Amino acid sequence: MAKRIGIFVCHCGINIAGVVDVERVAKEMASYPGVAFSTTYQYMCSEPGQNLIRQKIEEENLDAVVIAACSPSMHEETFRNVCGEYFNPHMCEMANIREQCSWVHDSEEATEKAFKVLKATVEKLRGNEDLEPIFVPVEKRCLVIGGGIAGIQAALDIADAGHEVILVEKEPSIGGRMAQLSETFPTLDCSQCILTPKMVAVARHPNIKLMAYSEVIDISGYVGNFNVKILKKPRYVDEDKCTVCGDCEDVCPAIVPNEFDMSKKARKAIYIPFPQAVPSTYTIDREACLGLAPLACAQCKEACEADAINYDMQPEIVEEKVGAIIVATGYDLYDKERLVEYGYGEDDDIITSLEFERMLSASGPTGGKIIKPSTGEEPKKVVFIQCAGSRDRKHMPYCSSICCMYTAKHAMLYKHAVHDGEAYIFYIDIRATGKDYEEFIARVMEEERINYIRGKVAKIYREGDKIVVWGVDTLTGKKVEIKADMVVLAMAVIGREETRDIAKLLKVAVGEGNFLKESHPKLKPVEALSRGIYFAGCAQGPKDIPATVAQASAAASKVLAMFSRDKLEKDPMVAVVDEEHCSGCGICISVCPYGAMQRQPNGKAKCIEALCEGCGTCAAACPSNNIEMKNYSDSQIKRMVEVVI
Amino acid sequence: MSFEPKIVAFLCNWCAYAGADMAGTSRLKYPGNMIAIRVMCSGRVDPEFILEAFEKGADGVFIGGCHPGDCHYVSGNYRTRRRVEMMKRLLEEMGINPRRLRLEWVSATEGQKFARVVKEFVEEIRQLGPSPIKKEEAI
Repeated sequence: MAKRIGIFVCHCGINIAGVVDVERVAKEMASYPGVAFSTTYQYMCSEPGQNLIRQKIEEENLDAVVIAACSPSMHEETFRNVCGEYFNPHMCEMANIREQCSWVHDSEEATEKAFKVLKATVEKLRGNEDLEPIFVPVEKRCLVIGGGIAGIQAALDIADAGHEVILVEKEPSIGGRMAQLSETFPTLDCSQCILTPKMVAVARHPNIKLMAYSEVIDISGYVGNFNVKILKKPRYVDEDKCTVCGDCEDVCPAIVPNEFDMSKKARKAIYIPFPQAVPSTYTIDREACLGLAPLACAQCKEACEADAINYDMQPEIVEEKVGAIIVATGYDLYDKERLVEYGYGEDDDIITSLEFERMLSASGPTGGKIIKPSTGEEPKKVVFIQCAGSRDRKHMPYCSSICCMYTAKHAMLYKHAVHDGEAYIFYIDIRATGKDYEEFIARVMEEERINYIRGKVAKIYREGDKIVVWGVDTLTGKKVEIKADMVVLAMAVIGREETRDIAKLLKVAVGEGNFLKESHPKLKPVEALSRGIYFAGCAQGPKDIPATVAQASAAASKVLAMFSRDKLEKDPMVAVVDEEHCSGCGICISVCPYGAMQRQPNGKAKCIEALCEGCGTCAAACPSNNIEMKNYSDSQIKRMVEVVI
Repeated sequence: MSFEPKIVAFLCNWCAYAGADMAGTSRLKYPGNMIAIRVMCSGRVDPEFILEAFEKGADGVFIGGCHPGDCHYVSGNYRTRRRVEMMKRLLEEMGINPRRLRLEWVSATEGQKFARVVKEFVEEIRQLGPSPIKKEEAI
C-alpha cells in the first residue's frame, strides 16, 4: 500500500502548462489524502526531470509516484524504470493530462479535468500492490504445422540455429503448393528445381523430426509450454524399408485420381504423390485400396522385395512438448462450383489456374503439353480470367495478390508452347508490385502479343465445340465476345478449411477467407494474439513465394528470440480467484478467451497466470465478485469512479 | 447556473483510449465533461461499475471498445456489447433513460470519431438533463 505518494506535474513546455494551471494543480494536490509531496517541472521525461524524481524519492522518502504528463503509452515505461530503482515499478502510475486534457480542452476546463484525472490516478495507486514479474520456463522445441515452402523454410531456419523442430504435414509428402507449380514468376525458374533441395534438407536435418501423413489433433498449454498431440496416420508401408522401386504400384489394380495433379491424372491405391516426394516412400490409400481388413488383394505385398508393406499398421498418437508453434497451413482455391456464372463443374474446358499449372508441369498429367481437356487437341484460343472470385463482393472481397503475375506467366508459357495460339486476359487492374514484377508484365504485354482486356466477364457458355466468353472492354466501352477453346480461371486464394480447425485448437482468430488474424497488421504481422504462436505464408493472407519465405524466416526469428532465453517474463497484471468463495459455476471459464481459467479437481476455478493476458472479462462476469484483477481491482475502479464525478 | 453533465468513461487500453490519445495528438477540441478511466479491455467493465457511477451521481456513462472483430483480447468487446444491452434494459426499469449509457467502437486511429461521439454524447446528456438518481437523493 502506498503511504507516501509523490506527485510530479510536467509542464511539457507549454503543451500542458500553456493550458493547465500546473502550479495550482501541484499545490492543491499536495494536501490530497495519501500525497506526501507534489511539484512541477519543465520536462519530466528529460534527464534532469528524471533526476528530480530520483532526488525527491530519496529526500521525501516516497514509496509511490504519480507522474501527471502525457499518455502512459508514451512514457510509462520510462518512469517505471526510474521508480524501479527505488521500489516496485508498479507503484508508479501516470495521469494523462496532455493528450486527453490540455490538447483538447480550454484552460479552465482542462485544469478542472486535470484535478480529477490526478485524483483518480492517486486513488488507483493507493490500491496498487507490488507485483513481481511472472516467469515461465521455455521448452526450446518448435512445432511447425504445414510442410509447404513456408513451413519448410521456418523449420530449416530454426533447426539450423540448433533447436529441435517437429514438422507436421498432413499429406504423404512435404512440398505443398509450390511442388505443384510449373515455373515461378518473374524469373521462370522451375518450381520443383528450387524447392526439392530444401525438401531434401528437411529430411536430412538432424534437428528436424518430420512427421508427414500426420495431423495435429490437440494443443493445450501456453507460451513456452505447449502440449501437442499428433495423429500419425498409417501408411501401411515402412518408410525406412521402402526403396521406391515402384514394383507395388505396377501390380496395384485400384485406380483413383491423383490429388497432387488436381485429379487430372490417375494414381494407384499404393502411390507416391510425385517422384521427388519427401519422405521418399509409398503410401497405401486406405480408401482406395480394395481392402486391408479383411485383405482383398495383397498383390503389392507379394511384389515388394524389400518387405516394406505392413497391412497391420495402426494409427498412432504421438505427444510432444514444444515452446512455440508456427502455423503454415497454406492455401486452397475458392470453390469453383460457386462461380456459377463461369460455368465450372459443367465443362471440362473451363479449368482452374492450379489445374493449368499442373498441365504446364513436365511431370504433370499431360507431360507439359497444353491440351484442350475435352478433346486432347491443342487449344488455339485461350481466355484467362483474373479475379475469379476475388475482388468481388459476391465472393471474396479481397485481392488474391498473386493472380496478375501467374496469369501473365500462364499466357506467356502458353504462347511459347502454341506459337499460333491467341491468348486473352480479362483483368480489373494489373497489380505487379514485387521486385521485377512490373518489368515481367511489360515484357508479356509487349513481346508476347497477348490481348489484355480490361473488364469483367459476365458469362461463359458452351456453343458447339467452343466456349463463348462474354465480357465488356471497359476501356473502349464495347462488348466483347470470344469463342475460345479453353478458359483458365485465376481462382481466389483462400486459407485452407483445416486452418480453422487448427485455429480453434490454438484459440487464435480467423478472419475472412479462413486467414489467420495477426496480432497487429503492421507491427506484428507474424505473431498471433496469443503469445508463442506465429504465422507464416498464405495461412495468414494471400502472398507470393518471396513474401512467404520472408515471412517464414521472420516467424523463425521470433521463435529464436524466444528460445534465446531460459525463462519468459510476462505482465503480472493477471486475474486472481478467491478460491474460498468460488462457487464453481464456471462462467469465468466460458468467457476467458485464452483458456486461462481452468477448473480444478475440487470444482473451483483457478487462473493459470502464464496464460492470463489480464483483460478482466472474467472479473466482470463473475456473479459473486470473486475474481480480482491485480492492480485493477473492483474497489480501485469504484474509487476512481467516485472521485471523477 | 446552466447544467454541466458529469460523465464517466471506461476506455479500453488498446483501441478507445488510444483513439482518445489520437484526438489529442490531432488537437481536436471536445467538451471536458467526460473523464476517462483506462481499463485493459471494455470487457473489464463490470455492470456494477455502471450502477456505481449512476449511484455516485454520474449523468452519463460512456464505454469505448475496439470494433467488433478487432478486440485485443479476441472477444471481450462482444461480452461488453451484451452487457450494455442488458444494462440498458435494467436502467430503463430503474427509471434511468438508457440513452445515458453509450457504447461506442473507437479504433486507435479514430481520433475524429472519438471527439465527435463525445461531443454528441455530452450534448445528448445536456438535453436529457441531470440524472434522476443523484447521490443526495439516494441517501
